[in-house]
Amino acid sequence: MSLILQEIRKSYREPGGTVLPILNIRRFELASGEQMALLGPSGGGKTTLLNVIAGITTPDSGSVVIDGVDIAKLHEVGRDRFRSKKIGFVFQTFNLLAAFTALENVLVGMSFAGLGGNKKRAEELLKHVGLGHRLHHRPAQMSVGEQQRVAVARALANQPSLVLADEPTANVDPANQQTILDLIRANCRERGVSLLVVTHSLEAAGQFDRVDKLSEFNHPRAA
Amino acid sequence: MNLFTIAWKSIKQRALASSLTALSVALGVALMVMVLVINGTVTRMFSQSATGYHLIVGAKGSPMQLVLNTIYFMDKPIENLPYKYYETLKKNSAVLHAIPFNLGDTTQDGRFRIVGTIPEYFEVEYIPGKHFEFRDGKALSDGFEAVIGARVARAYGWKIGSEFPIAHGGNLDDIHAEKFKVVGILAPTGTPNDRAVFIHFDGFYSIAGHEKPLDEARAQDAALNSGDAPIILPNPKPIEGGGVGTVRAATDVPKEAAPKPAAGPRKIASEQKEVTAILLQMKSDTLAYLYAPRINKAPVAQAANPIAQIDRLLRDLVGSVRTMLLVLTGLIIIVSGISIFVSIYNSMADRRREIAIMRALGARRNTVFSIIVAEAVLLCMIGWLVGTLLGHALVFVAAPIVEARSDVLIDPWSFEAGEIWYILPGILLLSIVVGLIPGFTAYRVDVARGLQE
Repeated sequence: MSLILQEIRKSYREPGGTVLPILNIRRFELASGEQMALLGPSGGGKTTLLNVIAGITTPDSGSVVIDGVDIAKLHEVGRDRFRSKKIGFVFQTFNLLAAFTALENVLVGMSFAGLGGNKKRAEELLKHVGLGHRLHHRPAQMSVGEQQRVAVARALANQPSLVLADEPTANVDPANQQTILDLIRANCRERGVSLLVVTHSLEAAGQFDRVDKLSEFNHPRAA
Repeated sequence: MNLFTIAWKSIKQRALASSLTALSVALGVALMVMVLVINGTVTRMFSQSATGYHLIVGAKGSPMQLVLNTIYFMDKPIENLPYKYYETLKKNSAVLHAIPFNLGDTTQDGRFRIVGTIPEYFEVEYIPGKHFEFRDGKALSDGFEAVIGARVARAYGWKIGSEFPIAHGGNLDDIHAEKFKVVGILAPTGTPNDRAVFIHFDGFYSIAGHEKPLDEARAQDAALNSGDAPIILPNPKPIEGGGVGTVRAATDVPKEAAPKPAAGPRKIASEQKEVTAILLQMKSDTLAYLYAPRINKAPVAQAANPIAQIDRLLRDLVGSVRTMLLVLTGLIIIVSGISIFVSIYNSMADRRREIAIMRALGARRNTVFSIIVAEAVLLCMIGWLVGTLLGHALVFVAAPIVEARSDVLIDPWSFEAGEIWYILPGILLLSIVVGLIPGFTAYRVDVARGLQE
């Protein structure tokens, strides 16, 4: 899977009416199977960038080409379908559904991609991230480290081509931060999945062969 | 994992609020079920009881009064017909069964009607396909014998061999000296027969004073034969309660002057006998249709179609009450629907993030919309199911009380078609309607913003 962003511009209109530019990226690429960290401070547009790549937010202009498909030009339903099948998401706050068990959290993501009946795969993934004994526990019954493992399993459940991780270790206790990062990287590597991790942690970013600073290629206020 | 599973998870997550909203629907449904079941029972009771005979023939007057009095033992008898009229009718080749009814007397305490009739009454289907069954004993065969309905047996604790007197014309101060012996107890029929005391027609006329005075009877007979009208009306000495035997009213006959009680069945001349009504079963429906106007055109009697009269009663009276009750319970269900709407709609603010997560995982707008509507549908369906069970359970509890007070037999497990054809689609439609606005709220959730909440 390859990712190419070109001439991406994204801005928000503030309540007062003023326009706040967030992204202005001339070109950004991620090769198939490549793993990279994107460094940037809070409020620097990292999450917006991930949302644009995932098709959650549409850019004001520019193209987001994933495996030859410009998802910025897809209709919303097409973007949803593409996201469910091709993109895995790991959030800073895990974003697990509180009413669902670990297994159901994985299954619910699969069901949106039409793979809901593959319970065996969901169980295997959870076992693979070390949660074989926690399949039927709800998020509130698990530690934050375990919750993020569920999120990792969920991100990989639909066999995506690209995993986007937004500060995946920021809310995890220090003892588990490295484990989570290793887990995400190892699983992506095993499956040949491209990985883009955005973080403000130099320590986390330092473990990647490729580390880019968002500010180096994002110039929101440039004309 | 389908939409309903996801919706169910959400319902379980908010168990208390969900239970309360489903309960409000359940209560509305329960009320509606009760109205339908009771209405169905009453309608069936009236309709079925009326369907055993094609025509009820009686003295001219209100056909409704004739039917109510003869079939349901309500209201007062209009007047009497000469026994000869009955004999003529019975011999008619178009008639399959002609059953005479003599009404007017009651049990000693006035609670139940006395019906003077012939044994043939117990051989005819009282409603199509149903014959009388005897819980105990046998049908009438002799003068002072009686067959009692199940309700009467229960009320008085009468058994085979029990003897009882009857009150003349419903006048509790005028008790006939003759006693009737119970020879048969009917199994419950769920019809007014359960609260009737049937005595033998001959026994009825063996009671001293029940026969028409000979001179009066002969004069009437002569008038009938000559074609002079009116033949029967007015009765020279009407009393409260009406019916046969009205010539000997307590108000106008001193007690000491009362006739001596009969020691046993007596032979009474035909012209001295009368009948209050005749239940007619014709050989075909068409014959009934043809004969009714002929009877009505003649000056002596009227023929009422019991089904038509009961349909009119149900439409005019029971129908309006039923409609009013159904509208009321419908409003209750709508109020319940609004509570579901409020519950789901209020929860939307807390669930914006949950919906955004689903959308981020690839759920389409239509999917999250459907999940919310599915949630409303599930809550309403749970409410419908619980309400239906609760409604029947309440009827189950109320049935013996209603039976004791009104003799209406209610089968709490009888399922009314309206529960499927009216309530279920109504609740389904309501659930979709109340789920629409919260569904659209979910539909419009901004994913990026929702994830940050």
